[in-house]
Amino acid sequence: MIKAILIFNNHGKPRLSMFYQPYSEDTQWQIIRETFHLVSKRDENVCNFLEGGLLIGESDNKLIYRHYATLYFVFCVDSSESELGILDLIQVFVETLDKCFENVCELDLIFHVDKVPNILAEMVMGGMVLETNMNEIVTQIDAQNKLEKSEAALAGAPARAVSAVKNMNLPEIPRNINIGDISIKVPNLPSFK
Amino acid sequence: MALKMVKGSIDRMFDKNLQDLVRGIRNHKEDEAKYISQCIDEIKQELKQDNIAVKANAVCKLTYLQMLGYDISWAAFNIIEVMSASKFTFKRIGYLAASQCFHEGTDVIMLTTNQIRKDLSSPSQYDTGVALTGLSCFVTPDLARDLANDIMTLMSHTKPYIRKKAVLIMYKVFLKYPESLRPAFPRLKEKLEDPDPGVQSAAVNVICELARRNPKNYLSLAPLFFKLMTSSTNNWVLIKIIKLFGALTPLEPRLGKKLIEPLTNLIHSTSAMSLLYECVNTVIAVLISLSSGMPNHSASIQLCVQKLRILIEDSDQNLKYLGLLAMSKILRTHPKSVQAHKDLVLQCLDDKDESIRLRALDLLYGMVSKKNLMEIVKKLMTHVDKAEGTTYRDELLTKIIDICSQSNYQHITNFEWYISILVELTRLEGTRHGHLIAAQMLDVAIRVKAIRRFAVSQMSALLDSAHLVASSTQRSGICEVLYAAAWICGEFSEHLQEPQQTLEAMLRPKVTTLPGHIQAVYVQNVVKLYAAILQQKERAADTQAAQEVTQLLVERLPQFVQSADLEAQERASCILQLVKHVQKLQARDVPVAEEVSALFAGELNPVAPKAQKKVPVPEGLDLDAWINEPLSDSESEDEKPKAIFHDEEPRHAKQRPPEADEQELARRREARKQEQANNPFYIKSSPSPQKRYQDAPGVDHIPVVQIDLSVPLKVPGMPMSDQYVKLEEERRHRQRLEKDKRKRKKRERERRGARRHSSLHTESDEDITPAQRVDIVTEEMPENALPSDEDDKDPNDPYRALDIDLDKPLADSEKLPVQKHRDAETSKSPERQDVAVVGKKSKKPKRKEKKHKEKEREKKKKEAEKGADLDFWLSTTPPAATPAPEEPGVNAAVAAPKEEQEEPRGEEQDAAEDGEQDLEKKPSKHKKKKHKKDKEERSKDQKKSKKRAPPREGEAEPVENGALDEEPLPPMSSYSLLAENSYIKMTYDVQGNLQKDSQVTVSVVLENQSSSFLKNMELNVLDSLNARLARPEGSSVHDGVPVPFQLPPGISNEAQFVFTIQSIVTAQKLKGTLSFIAKNDEGSTHEKLDFKLHFTCTSYLVTTPCYSDAFAKLLESGDLSMSSVKVDGISMSFQNLLAKICFHHHFSVVERVDSCASMYSRSIQGHHVCLLVKKGEKSVSVDGKCSDSTLLSNVLEEMKETLAKC
Repeated sequence: MIKAILIFNNHGKPRLSMFYQPYSEDTQWQIIRETFHLVSKRDENVCNFLEGGLLIGESDNKLIYRHYATLYFVFCVDSSESELGILDLIQVFVETLDKCFENVCELDLIFHVDKVPNILAEMVMGGMVLETNMNEIVTQIDAQNKLEKSEAALAGAPARAVSAVKNMNLPEIPRNINIGDISIKVPNLPSFK
Repeated sequence: MALKMVKGSIDRMFDKNLQDLVRGIRNHKEDEAKYISQCIDEIKQELKQDNIAVKANAVCKLTYLQMLGYDISWAAFNIIEVMSASKFTFKRIGYLAASQCFHEGTDVIMLTTNQIRKDLSSPSQYDTGVALTGLSCFVTPDLARDLANDIMTLMSHTKPYIRKKAVLIMYKVFLKYPESLRPAFPRLKEKLEDPDPGVQSAAVNVICELARRNPKNYLSLAPLFFKLMTSSTNNWVLIKIIKLFGALTPLEPRLGKKLIEPLTNLIHSTSAMSLLYECVNTVIAVLISLSSGMPNHSASIQLCVQKLRILIEDSDQNLKYLGLLAMSKILRTHPKSVQAHKDLVLQCLDDKDESIRLRALDLLYGMVSKKNLMEIVKKLMTHVDKAEGTTYRDELLTKIIDICSQSNYQHITNFEWYISILVELTRLEGTRHGHLIAAQMLDVAIRVKAIRRFAVSQMSALLDSAHLVASSTQRSGICEVLYAAAWICGEFSEHLQEPQQTLEAMLRPKVTTLPGHIQAVYVQNVVKLYAAILQQKERAADTQAAQEVTQLLVERLPQFVQSADLEAQERASCILQLVKHVQKLQARDVPVAEEVSALFAGELNPVAPKAQKKVPVPEGLDLDAWINEPLSDSESEDEKPKAIFHDEEPRHAKQRPPEADEQELARRREARKQEQANNPFYIKSSPSPQKRYQDAPGVDHIPVVQIDLSVPLKVPGMPMSDQYVKLEEERRHRQRLEKDKRKRKKRERERRGARRHSSLHTESDEDITPAQRVDIVTEEMPENALPSDEDDKDPNDPYRALDIDLDKPLADSEKLPVQKHRDAETSKSPERQDVAVVGKKSKKPKRKEKKHKEKEREKKKKEAEKGADLDFWLSTTPPAATPAPEEPGVNAAVAAPKEEQEEPRGEEQDAAEDGEQDLEKKPSKHKKKKHKKDKEERSKDQKKSKKRAPPREGEAEPVENGALDEEPLPPMSSYSLLAENSYIKMTYDVQGNLQKDSQVTVSVVLENQSSSFLKNMELNVLDSLNARLARPEGSSVHDGVPVPFQLPPGISNEAQFVFTIQSIVTAQKLKGTLSFIAKNDEGSTHEKLDFKLHFTCTSYLVTTPCYSDAFAKLLESGDLSMSSVKVDGISMSFQNLLAKICFHHHFSVVERVDSCASMYSRSIQGHHVCLLVKKGEKSVSVDGKCSDSTLLSNVLEEMKETLAKC
């Protein structure tokens, strides 16, 4: 079981938090803080596993994380998950984000904070891994986006116009993550395909 | 009205959407909280509007704020409103918000039940999907109970997307509503073989989670998982299954034996590290479970350790970490093979990564020996000094103590060194493990008598040095060591050099700042010291000094009388009175020392921590019964300070266990002696001279020498453990010298009297003798202690509720609650059926009664078989000589067809009563058959031999319809010989595949009969027009298909090949060749073996159950051609005959009346084949109807051949 999935940036700002066990908002916040402290003080070239996320209950829990440019992707899992398998899963997740947002960067996660959980929901459901095949995941997400568009076709037009206007005065969004040239060794990604 | 709506939608455009909110928060970095509270006010306004789009937008923003740590539970009702929106866009927003903030305590959650049910049955798969996803996060016991049935229906949804989600969510439903597990399990099991890999993976996932908590209930699934493991290519699924096997093997060692080979193959073949690692892990689990029984798996261990070493040496830190993790598992059972890699582990201790260092620390435990303990601990001590962060330091501390104290201080050769290590550890700041150190001090001081003098001197120094007390480290817990120090000084006060000084140190005013329980110990031990001093002074006739000491006590004790701690206060007042009394006596010149000392007379012996627990409660004693009637609870009980040390026992209260009878005592004494004999530290009462003799001659086994003077008993000041390392070196060196000397003057040996360690014999390769010994006092365990006590499972474990026996057949009462009204007159055939059954018919109530009985009987029988099933699958080598009927395993396996025969009718009953339940039940049984067949295959070889054994004379008496005659069936195997030469033997079986209508799978068992290693095996056939071998993409028709494994000598394994068949109505043969390389000591040769694959028409038939109503309709339809055969001279019983037809020709019995039975099967291309089998006096006639006449006549021909053999 996956207990929680967290994404935060190098400064500990949360970009996504999914908890598959109920916690109060305060505890959730504390868990994010604590996890950030644990993870951020680790060097680049150390292993991606951490024991003793103290707040998330049982002792057999592990933190498995990857660091991409400005973002940390952290999965808190128990002993039923394979460590390397989860690392692969994180990679699949990031690559899926990359496909959905076309060259994903932190800003995508900031401004589409409502979309990321939906993407994640196609991979992990209630803490259990639902799908590991990226093509399948992307197909389902695309289909749902299409459905959403068709629903918004009539009613959404004015709102979209307004939001286009609002977006005009946004400065050019810097694309600061480039998944392509991140050289994290993925031991066995092809295995999922 | 219309205007209002337009206005609303224009307003809406200028509402903040989520992006605006995010941008706003970013622009208000200074006053973020204020800005957000403003936004929340706006959101509250928006939620009040009627427009659902506005509400959805508001909820969307709330979801974001929730992530930032704001409580949004106040909007729960609005979230439900958004969930019930008709548009998917809004629905999704609502469910997401709900999944983030709903939990069991959310009261409005009960309002969602109907909405969720509606969404689950929505025609849009994404509505259903989003509801399932949401529900998976917030399912409550109520929701689980109400929706279980709906979700279960979704498990058979036509869309795999829904199926996989429904399967996955079932785990959550089981957790919240354990009663649903049994009714839903059959269908879940069925999903393990779902054609969609995603659904299959989900089912594996759920069962693995379930089995992880209660593995024993899932043992019976092992054959099925085994099949999945050998056939699946999805690494994610493989990993899960392999992990599951890791959990199952401890329960069933035979399973492990079966697993080793395929796992080893996987280890060799896979390129995926994650899979490799899990394989290694499970092999380790297997080896652990086998470690007692199996003699030789050293090759597998070596393989694992080798692979792990490769991982640890990898530059990837992740692999390094996992390698160490797995290594520590091997360490527990096979320490020797890990010890070889000590260099690697020590190297990892210096790794910059803390996770890796921690793992390496775990391994150290098994790496230490007498030789290197000091060196390793020294290294750890330097790490302690360097360590940043208390967690790692505390970890180091506990590890040091663990390593040193393991198995009764086995590796410690010099306890003075150990005490000084402990004292050094007390200087750690902020550690939480003061009590650990204290416990060690006490333990060593009590059990190692020789060290007491030294320990006391160290402890008094500790009491003296104010740094512990002064820095008020109360919170950190290090002051716990003072507890130990005070107690040791008091108890062994005779060893104190300056008792007066220590007494004064213990009476300092600062002591009162210590925690209560420590003060209490102080008080108690002050008196012990006082008694010792009194005695000393009186002996010296120094009454003046004696009175001064008394005066000191009278002055200082009142500070404890004022203590807030009850225990300290009570003891202090008692003792104060006592001392005052003594003072009076002293004033009259009465000698009191004797009497005061008498208070503490007697030797204190250690008692094992569990000793009390292990004394059985004598018969007739009810510890829970009230001795007196309980008083009213007006007085609340004061909490007692918790005793942290187990050996804190009243002095004279030596345990007097209830008398056990003489014999029992003798037996226990014997057992204890045995144990002591194996304990190198136990001093045997009378070492036999023989023993000494054995010890003496070996170069490495030199008996211990007198070492009294080798270690100075007093080291000035605080000893540094390093000094001891040096001293120890010297001591050992001296010992070696001594040894050499000894060799020269052997005869001197006798003269050396009073050898302290004469009985101590070292079993290992080490010949270092400890400077002090640990005394394990016999009384540590009470006389009639029970051998072991089981620690109860945690009663609060949420997974305990799921500990449910899944093999028991479902009772009628066990079904999921269904909300809708149902028609009692449901159809007989289940609505959804894999079989092409023609329709439904009204039921025949007159047969109901009878069938019910049958079903009961059948159930009982099946229950009995269940256990035997697994046994059979697991027993790879049943004794060949055993006659078949006595072999329970064989019985069980052959019972499969018999069971088939009973099934459909039993099923009808269910169908009549509850169509819903039937739906779950039927397919699972169908599957059970499949995997039984699978078992059959795997044990092919033994059965082969048995098949030839003449079947028992059939008891020809006619069998009543449906009655289960107990006549055992002869063993059968569908495998037949393909080809054989001196290297290899091939047997094969052809199975049709219902899912792909023109494919058959040929399973070939390859058995290496030579002493060579067979590799590069490749199978090729000459395709005919009608049948083609399915080759990997891109290869030509002349290429062979490689066999995915290699065969060591004597090993057999099964490979599967798929053939595509055009027409299935006639039998045919295909010529083929198996080429391979045989490698032995002399070299390797290319070898070939030709064979002819025979595809019978039977092999295109697939066992398919059929209901009698559907069967009748099929016959009535009239579009089937007919043919018949008759075979004479059959002596076999009808029962066996049917079983044989079922097994060899893949039929299932539809109905049987007396000596007449109707049977059904279906070809892979959908031809129906119906048979009517009648048994006469000595003959059997078979009438067949089939949609293809050629197929029918061929099948009957083949059947004739089978029957002729009977």
